[in-house]
Amino acid sequence: MSWQGWAAILFWALALALNVQIANRYGNARWARVFVPTLFGITLLVLWQGLVRGLAVSPVILPAPSDIAARFVQSLPLLWGDFTQTILKGALSGYVIGCTTAVLTAIAVDRFPFLQRGLLPVGNFVAALPIVGIAPILVMWFGFDWQSKAAVVVVMVFFPVLVNMVAGLAATDALQRDLMRTYSASYRDALLKLRLPAAMPFLFNGLKIATTLALIGAIVAEFFGSPTRGMGFRISTAVGQLDLPLVWAEIAVAALAGSGIFGLMTLAEKAVTFWHPSQRGR
Amino acid sequence: MNRVLPVLTVLFAILVIWYGAAVILNRAWVLDQAARSGTEVGFGQMLHETMTQERPVLPAPHQVAKGLWDGIVGQKITSKRSLVWHAGVTLSATLAGFALGTAAGLLLAIGIVHNRAMDMSVMPWAIASQTIPILAIAPMVIVVLASLGIKGLLPKALIAAYLSFFPVLVGMVKGLRAPDGMQLDLLRTYSASQGQTLRMLRLPSSVPYLFASLKVGIAAALVGTIVAELPAGATAGLGARLLSGSYYGQTIQIWAALLAAAILAAVLVMLIGAAERATLKRMGFVR
Repeated sequence: MSWQGWAAILFWALALALNVQIANRYGNARWARVFVPTLFGITLLVLWQGLVRGLAVSPVILPAPSDIAARFVQSLPLLWGDFTQTILKGALSGYVIGCTTAVLTAIAVDRFPFLQRGLLPVGNFVAALPIVGIAPILVMWFGFDWQSKAAVVVVMVFFPVLVNMVAGLAATDALQRDLMRTYSASYRDALLKLRLPAAMPFLFNGLKIATTLALIGAIVAEFFGSPTRGMGFRISTAVGQLDLPLVWAEIAVAALAGSGIFGLMTLAEKAVTFWHPSQRGR
Repeated sequence: MNRVLPVLTVLFAILVIWYGAAVILNRAWVLDQAARSGTEVGFGQMLHETMTQERPVLPAPHQVAKGLWDGIVGQKITSKRSLVWHAGVTLSATLAGFALGTAAGLLLAIGIVHNRAMDMSVMPWAIASQTIPILAIAPMVIVVLASLGIKGLLPKALIAAYLSFFPVLVGMVKGLRAPDGMQLDLLRTYSASQGQTLRMLRLPSSVPYLFASLKVGIAAALVGTIVAELPAGATAGLGARLLSGSYYGQTIQIWAALLAAAILAAVLVMLIGAAERATLKRMGFVR
């Protein structure tokens, strides 16, 4: 191993010691909660870079982070095109359609306890199935372009959101419902003013699970056929050409998009369910 | 008992919708064929023909059931057309990956609960990594490992392990922290060591959390294995069956493989559920 490898290991040891010190002394401070994980992440990158360079690992097996960053900057237009095709057109449209349908279905189901008792076990069961498997069928039905990807996403996000929303609509207790009745509130008033707000923590739980599923669905569906752009297409062809830095750049885009959408959802959750105990007292 | 009737009703409704959709989606082909041969088809004739096509757009439920039956019972188990054989290939990788992922998740959870620095540095990344569509890189892992000469079960199991790892990690961190201050204090008055606290208090009280995460984990492991079987070159497993079906337009084959995967997932989750009930009852969690 050459000097880069040893340098990386030295850096790792120093950072580890620093992290342990900070965690034990200032573990409750706010800056420590940000600093410690950030330093840990940087350490992993440095270790990766140092070991790949130090052990002279072939870029066909594992490219160094600097190679990936260079490829990322160099092929920005390509990555942006794939991003619009897969995330904006495929995943996002499917996500919006799927979640809206699921919420509306949940409200409809909620009116009929019979349906609710029947649909919940079935929905829970379907949510555990390998739904990605329907991707080839939907690609056959809706063609190669983003519509079929959106369809896969719709099916994937539907059940988790439905199950959570139905549970959320049932989350009000008898006292609260009685209060609405003493106001002689109509079904619509009770729904809008009590039960929908009360269901929001559950809904956001489902929406957060669905963000990752949406990205997975859109990317995996492209393995079954796609126009000559899109992240799934690029990953599978770049792997074929052993252009691993490009693959890792696409993965970085997927990771950024995934955590970005998740972060947006968390912000929206904070704004909407500010009253919930899990959001207060921090 | 009051859940059986509603569930049956919902399942019946799904079946009816499925048959209806099969007729609507397959009608175009039947009418097209009739127009080409210059014959008229009546309604009954058309209904019959939409249900008996070789490569329908949407196979009717009984066609899928027949495909599944043929795949399971109609072939020798060693035959490459047998769904049992393909499911066995998928199952072995799933279980290997599930075992690996669970063990890794358990060990890391124990480390995180006992070490403050590890908790602060690893946990945020573990949670952030949940938001990354990790399945998308499955093909890359397969191809890279294959170029290193590692083929067969291990690459698939690694992806399955990665997917089942996080539910177990997150659930177990919660579970190992489930004992409240009073119980921990009691063990401190006994001057119990950390290892004894772990063995006698933390591990037993984390069991309900463990089973909840195991159920999520095994379903995730199965999905991971199936997606890992998608890259070209895989010839065995339910994922490969899906892919070859989509290449050759064999819709019945796709649906049969999909249903086999669904049954496999259901059986695995139910087995863990049964183990959960037996264990929790034995440990006195359920009264």
